[in-house]
Amino acid sequence: MAMTMTEKILARGAGLDSVTPGQLIKCRLDLVLANDITGPPAIQEFAKIGRPVFDPAKIALVPDHFTPNKDIKSAEMAKAVREFAARHGIVNYFEVGRMGIEHVLLPEVGLVAPGEIIIGADSHTCTYGALGAFATGVGSTDLAAAMATGETWFKVPSGIKVNLRGKPPRWVGGKDIILTLIGMIGVDGARYQSLEFAGEGVAALTMADRLTIANMAIEAGGKNGIFPVDEVTLKYLEGRVERPFTVVTADDDAVYEREIEIDLSALTPVVALPHLPENVKAVNTLPEITIDQVVIGSCTNGRIEDLAQAAEVFAHGGVHPRVRAIIIPGTQQVYLEAMQRGYIETFIKAGAVVSTPTCGPCLGGYMGILAAGERAVSTTNRNFRGRMGHVDSEVYLAGPAVAAASAICGRIASPEEVLA
Amino acid sequence: MILEGKVWRYGDNIDTDVIIPARYLNTSDPQELAAHCMEDIDASFAANVRQGDIMVAGKNFGCGSSREHAPIAIQASGIACIIADSFARIFYRNAINIGLPIIELGKDAERIGSGDSVRVDLQAGIISNKTSGEEFKIQPLPGFIRDIAQAGGLINYVRGGKA
Repeated sequence: MAMTMTEKILARGAGLDSVTPGQLIKCRLDLVLANDITGPPAIQEFAKIGRPVFDPAKIALVPDHFTPNKDIKSAEMAKAVREFAARHGIVNYFEVGRMGIEHVLLPEVGLVAPGEIIIGADSHTCTYGALGAFATGVGSTDLAAAMATGETWFKVPSGIKVNLRGKPPRWVGGKDIILTLIGMIGVDGARYQSLEFAGEGVAALTMADRLTIANMAIEAGGKNGIFPVDEVTLKYLEGRVERPFTVVTADDDAVYEREIEIDLSALTPVVALPHLPENVKAVNTLPEITIDQVVIGSCTNGRIEDLAQAAEVFAHGGVHPRVRAIIIPGTQQVYLEAMQRGYIETFIKAGAVVSTPTCGPCLGGYMGILAAGERAVSTTNRNFRGRMGHVDSEVYLAGPAVAAASAICGRIASPEEVLA
Repeated sequence: MILEGKVWRYGDNIDTDVIIPARYLNTSDPQELAAHCMEDIDASFAANVRQGDIMVAGKNFGCGSSREHAPIAIQASGIACIIADSFARIFYRNAINIGLPIIELGKDAERIGSGDSVRVDLQAGIISNKTSGEEFKIQPLPGFIRDIAQAGGLINYVRGGKA
């Protein structure tokens, strides 16, 4: 019977010929992931099971949220993860100095391949769907059981097909595309469902665009977001993934619960206003909104392409005297490349600060917490009340070009205003 | 199992950042988390919630982060059961996995208000709003989700050799 990409991957993982939406299945897993926040509770629960890890090469532990350790308690959590990794011979443990933000790092180092089934104790694990994998976030207890058994249960999601056509205009990137979609369907518009991207417009998107889009599938409530595998994907995988993998394609007559059309050529840069990612408005329709801080980075927009866009804008102006601009390369490799390309120099000369890779400010951890009444434009993924600090602070979500332009203007601004 | 308590009522899209803000995620100790549960939208909750109380909410409860600290904080605060119109999927899994009863009631969740006295009979599948006199039927959990819930959570289920 006809199946979507997600259904085909899940059927293979469950050892079944086919699956249908709503079906409960158990799947073998290709990779399981935890970080310094979700890892420690998972380790505690894992110990109660009393079994060894199912495969030390298929577990990734990335201390990235509160590292380099922000306080004593965080140091204890990072230590618990480090000691667990050593005790169980975990191959893919990434120490500070080699680590990065997990969802930037794992694709970069080749731990994600098309057709694979990945769970992570982090909601943005859905990022890996950009490479044609099935990937979804779970909690610490699910992760503990998966570390012991190498499998987990899923309810097969029904699909939403998002047909992309056309090419995005100059300053429209992956962030604008996914925010536009979330604005259309709402923060629970894809709840329990799979967002399957398709159409000729996919070819116009870079891998960084796709990673940003799949990353925020969760912000529409999605179980996963997934892209077809094409030449862009295969080129990205070259030199990263040596192991064999299976390219899965959706059947032409696959059944979706809903189809959505997006003409990429008609999009403009957008911002999600507080306090939900669905409050999406075109930048050029906003009144003057002055800001105090800009963050460029995170698992959503911490890739070299994002920094390239920010650097292009900062080459045309310095950070506004009232604004703190914080730039966070997603991994050490991104940092190095940004340095070699001269972006770091551009950022520093513009008056921005450049940080080691960390999730830090995105979730209000550290490295850029907001005070009461402060506003930030951030390339991160959530603008919930209190997300980046004080409960009376505000977060405006945007792509890196809008964030950089806003840092220069001291108010939410479009890159065209800076480069005009 | 019969649960009976006073209702703490919240709206739609209650995210895990307000259930337990990340500034408290440098611990996973249930009691420490419970002390800050819901504080960004309801500063009175942590101090006044009583063992056995019931949380009721609108659509998409628990959206956002995968942090299991969120259902752990709610459970440790004394809440015996969460009833909502709908749940975000990771939160739903996490609650089942830690043995916190969770009921997706659909639109009828609107008919339970703040401070109502509610009785939940999980075996019979009936919610009684004793304040309004209304009764609602609970859809049974399917397949091994029910088995996990009945085992008291995923770890007990796995230790029982079911996975």
